[in-house]
Amino acid sequence: MGLENIITIVLLYYLHRNAKAANVPQEWKKYIKLGMFAAIGLLILGSSGIFPSYFISIFSIILISGVAYAVLNFKEFQNTKPLFFAVIPLIAISVIGDLLETVNKSWYKSVETVFDVASFFAFVWAIVMYFTYRKQKKLLEVERRLAIEREREFEITQKIKAQLEKDVAERTEALTHQKEELEKTLSELKSTQSQLIHAEKMASLGELTAGIAHEIQNPLNFVNNFSEVSTELIEEMEEELAKGDLEEVKAIFEDLKLNLEKINHHGKRADGIVKGMLQHSRNNQSQKELTDINALADEFLRLSYHGLRAKDKTFNANFKSDFDSELPKLEIVPQDLGRVFLNLINNAFYACAERSKKGQDTDYKPEVNIKTLKTGNAIEVQIQDNGSGIPEEIQEKIFQPFFTTKPTGQGTGLGLSLSYDIVKAHGGNLKVESRLGEGTIFIITLPI
Amino acid sequence: MKILIVDDEKDVEVLFRQKFRKEIKKGEISLEFAFSGAEALDILSSDNPPKFVYVFSDINMPGMTGLELLDKIKFKFPEINVSMISAYGDKENYDKAIQSGAKEFFTKPIDFDSLKTEINKLINK
Repeated sequence: MGLENIITIVLLYYLHRNAKAANVPQEWKKYIKLGMFAAIGLLILGSSGIFPSYFISIFSIILISGVAYAVLNFKEFQNTKPLFFAVIPLIAISVIGDLLETVNKSWYKSVETVFDVASFFAFVWAIVMYFTYRKQKKLLEVERRLAIEREREFEITQKIKAQLEKDVAERTEALTHQKEELEKTLSELKSTQSQLIHAEKMASLGELTAGIAHEIQNPLNFVNNFSEVSTELIEEMEEELAKGDLEEVKAIFEDLKLNLEKINHHGKRADGIVKGMLQHSRNNQSQKELTDINALADEFLRLSYHGLRAKDKTFNANFKSDFDSELPKLEIVPQDLGRVFLNLINNAFYACAERSKKGQDTDYKPEVNIKTLKTGNAIEVQIQDNGSGIPEEIQEKIFQPFFTTKPTGQGTGLGLSLSYDIVKAHGGNLKVESRLGEGTIFIITLPI
Repeated sequence: MKILIVDDEKDVEVLFRQKFRKEIKKGEISLEFAFSGAEALDILSSDNPPKFVYVFSDINMPGMTGLELLDKIKFKFPEINVSMISAYGDKENYDKAIQSGAKEFFTKPIDFDSLKTEINKLINK
């Protein structure tokens, strides 16, 4: 008796407590409160004995049934369901006991012990279930918190991921842009480079023109002079023949033979110069030919000297050549190596002229020497001047493209750089040795 | 009459000897050749006073130029006639040569007729 009401109170208490978390509507809370008051009322009335016990029992059963109905059928009260299942046996035994007591009190009395024992087990069951319920609830709560935490971490990760993706996209775009810019610059540089190489070639051709004109004029003069003098000699020979001076005729005859050789020699000399000039101006022709390095060096030494002389009347320098007559011919690109010789010889003369212009040492005698020699399985061409020398800090830079010590407009700064590339392309080496105040020597090494 | 011809082109010797063949044969002139300014000075200095009366010099030579040689000859042996022969017949060279005391200035290719006239003037003196 009265157990139903205690259970009702407990159930309603938990309903009230869980209502906060489960977001239960306001009116339900009202009913929960009403139910609590009703249960407390019934409990007090039941123990007072004012009303007959069956009367109280009926109301108690109705109240707990209402609560049971609400708990089982409304999802707002889902949380309390396990607690309800814990007390179901207790409720059932209590309700059945009350009903039996109301219907047949004497029979009930005889089986009351059975009910008490059942009540005891139902009570134990309720307690065990209650603690299980509490434990599960705690576990669920922990899990819920963990889930929330995970959700939050996931969101943060998502945010970071999105930001990273955005950053990567931006960076990729910037890099692509940079790459395109660089490719454009590179192709521009390449075309500028080829233009400059051509310009350098043309510039050195310009430097050559005066030298070439002078070089051609000399042999042509000899061709003209020797043919003229030969005509005169033939007339004289006719005279001597008439006189019968065969000795003299023979002497003139020897001269004529010599003159024809001279005409042929100087004609070939002029021919060689023209061919060399054509080779020099030709673009992109790089046929390797078996070449006499001594002759090539000598040709460009003369071209350089006369070219500079023609350009600057005040320029003068002595030049000497010391060619190794045993030098083997080499498979090289003559116009390319010719440019190397021209560049290096021009530089040598320029260095002498600069020292001369300074006028510090009055007994200074500008001199350029070219030497060829065989060293093991290579040949060496040394171009030496007695100019002012190259300071050490500049020596490192002279082979860099566009580096020049000449005044603006006088040098492209490509001469030595191109020379270096040409020598390297021939599998050779180009190095410089210089002493301040004593001069400079460029050494070209070419493999045999 | 001894004449010295200075030019770095060695074939000049053959040419001159043939051109002045008759004059040499007759003994009117004798030719000597030098292939650089320094060599010319050596030859001139080997006899004192030098036997040469005329020097014809190229201007454009490696080492000592013809104009430098002219100055030196005029300084050491002022009585020797010196004429220049050059491929560069520009005014600058001409003025410089005449100022330094050159007798005549011939341009290359050499006009041997005028050269002969010049030499004959001396022979007939």
